[in-house]
Amino acid sequence: MDEVDLLILGAGPAGMAAAAEAASAGLSVALLDEQARPGGQIYRDVTEVPKARAAILGPEYTAGRRLADAITTPRIRPIPGATVWKLDPDRTVAYSVDGQAAQIRGHRLLIATGALERPVPIPGWTLPGVMTAGAAQILLKQSGVVPRRAVIAGCGPLVYLIGAQMVRAGTPPLALVETQTRGDFMAALPHLGGALKGWRAMAKGLGWIAELKRAGVPRHTGARDLAVEGEGRAQALSFTTRSRQRIDCDTVLLHEGVVPNTQATRSLGLPHRWDAGQHCFVPDHDRWGETALPGIYVAGDGAGIGGALAAELAGRLVGLHAAAALGRWEQAERDRLAVPLFAALARERAARPFLDAAYPPSPQSRAPADATIVCRCEEVTAGDIRRYARLGCTGPNQAKAFGRAGMGPCQGRYCGLTVTSILAESNGKSPQETGYYRIRPPLKPVTLGELAAMDVPEQQEKSA
Amino acid sequence: MNDASPFLELEPDAPRVTVRFDGTDYALPEGANLAAALLAAGVRIFRATPVSGAPRAPFCMMGACYDCLVQIDGVTRQACMTRVTDGLVVERAPGKDQKDG
Repeated sequence: MDEVDLLILGAGPAGMAAAAEAASAGLSVALLDEQARPGGQIYRDVTEVPKARAAILGPEYTAGRRLADAITTPRIRPIPGATVWKLDPDRTVAYSVDGQAAQIRGHRLLIATGALERPVPIPGWTLPGVMTAGAAQILLKQSGVVPRRAVIAGCGPLVYLIGAQMVRAGTPPLALVETQTRGDFMAALPHLGGALKGWRAMAKGLGWIAELKRAGVPRHTGARDLAVEGEGRAQALSFTTRSRQRIDCDTVLLHEGVVPNTQATRSLGLPHRWDAGQHCFVPDHDRWGETALPGIYVAGDGAGIGGALAAELAGRLVGLHAAAALGRWEQAERDRLAVPLFAALARERAARPFLDAAYPPSPQSRAPADATIVCRCEEVTAGDIRRYARLGCTGPNQAKAFGRAGMGPCQGRYCGLTVTSILAESNGKSPQETGYYRIRPPLKPVTLGELAAMDVPEQQEKSA
Repeated sequence: MNDASPFLELEPDAPRVTVRFDGTDYALPEGANLAAALLAAGVRIFRATPVSGAPRAPFCMMGACYDCLVQIDGVTRQACMTRVTDGLVVERAPGKDQKDG
C-alpha cells in the first residue's frame, strides 16, 4: 500500500503548516484535500485569486499565500480533489479522486479537517437564498461572486468581516441583524483583560465595524425571533428588537460562529468532550494534538475553534511532534523549537474566551420553536425531536431510529449540535451526557463502482 | 453580467462556455465553481427535496450540506464541488413530485 511518514487530511492552515514543518525535518508527507487547490476554506483559492479580489478580501486572507508557497517541496505530495470516506485506527485512509478510490497509510496521521458553520435553525432557513456567511465568503474568494441585496444575520466576528468585504466589493449588506445582547457583552467583560493580549484580533474586528458604519450599514443588535420569509425563496428577514421589523432582501447570510468538523474523529470512535465556552464538541487531545489513538493527531479548528493563525501554530507543533516521534528530532530539540510556538499560540487564543462569551449562539438556535426544521436533509423539526424525547429518546443516535434525523446525505453535519441541544434540554441532561451521532463510514457517499475498482491491499485479499 | 441575478460578478469578462441546466443554456465562466456560476447566472432553485419537494439551493458552498445536489450524466453530484466545462449538461436532482418549483 501507498505509505508516507505523515498523512494529513485537510490543506487548510493547520494541514499546510504541519506539512511544511514535517517536510523540513525530512519526513515524507501526503496532503489530501477535497478542493483542487490548497488553502482550506479560510484561504480558499488564495494561490489563484486576482488582484482586485485580493484587495477586497484583505491582508488576513492573502497571508495564506505564504503557507501555500511553503508546501511546494518534493517531500510533500499534494493529493487534491480527494474525498476521504473511511479512516482506520491503523492510520489507513480510503479516499476517491474523480471517482477512483484508493488507500494510503501514514506512519502518523493528522486530521486537520477544520470547521463547519454552526447550524442556525430559524424558520425559513432551508429556503433558496439562505446561505451561511461562510458560503458567501467562499463565493467571493473562489468565484468573485457577491450577493447584492443581502441581510447578514446572527453574531460573531465573521459577520463584520464579510460585511466589510461586501462594502469593499461595492455591494454593502442591507443590514446586520445581530443576536448578541448587552447581557452577553457584560458576561464577556471579565475576559476583556485576557483578550487585550490578543489585541490585534480585537483591533481588526473594530476596524471592520468602523468600515460598516462609514458605509451607512444599519446594525440591529439584540435581535430575537428571526424568521426568513418568502414564497419558494428568501424574500425578507423579519425579527424583533424593540418592535417587529422586516427587511426585504434576496439573500440571507446566517452565522453564529463555527464549530469543529468532527466527522473524521467521530468515525474513529475517538473520545470527544463538550466545550461549554464554545458550545460544541471537541476531540480530546494533548498539547501536541495527539488523540487517544497513538499516532493520530488533530490540529486547527477541528480540534477546537481558534482561527487561522492558531491553526497554523498548532499545525507546526504537530509537524515537530511527528518528526520527533519518527526519530528526526531529539525530544529536547523538539521541546526547544516548540517554546516560541506555544507562546504565540497562547497569544493567538487570548481573545477567544471574550469572543465566545460576547457572541454566543442565540437562545433561538439552541432551542428552536417546534415548527422549525432542524435536520435539513430529512426535514425533521424541533418539535419532532422533543416528541422523541417524550417517548424516551435520550441521545442523538437513538433519534435516528425515531425519525431519520441525521440520516440524510449531510450525515448530521448541520443538525447534530441542535439535536444534542434539544434532547439535553428536554431530558434535563447535559450535552456531554446526551452525546452525539455515531458517525460511520462512508463519511461521504461512495459508489459501489468506486469500491469495486479499489486496489485492495494483499493481506485483506488473503483474509477475505 | 446578469442584472436579474441576486449576485454581482466581480469579473464579468471571464471567458464563457455553454452549460445546460434544466433545459436552459447558460454562458458560464470556464473552470468556475458550478454552484457559484449558476447562482451568478440567476438560477435560484437547484433541486426539490425527496421528503416534501421543497425547493433548495446552495447553502454551505463547501461540500458539507448536500443542498446543491444536481445530476450530471445520471450521477448525483454536488454542484459546489464541480467545475464548469464546455457542454456540461446538468439536470435537477430528482425530488418528491412537488407542488411547485
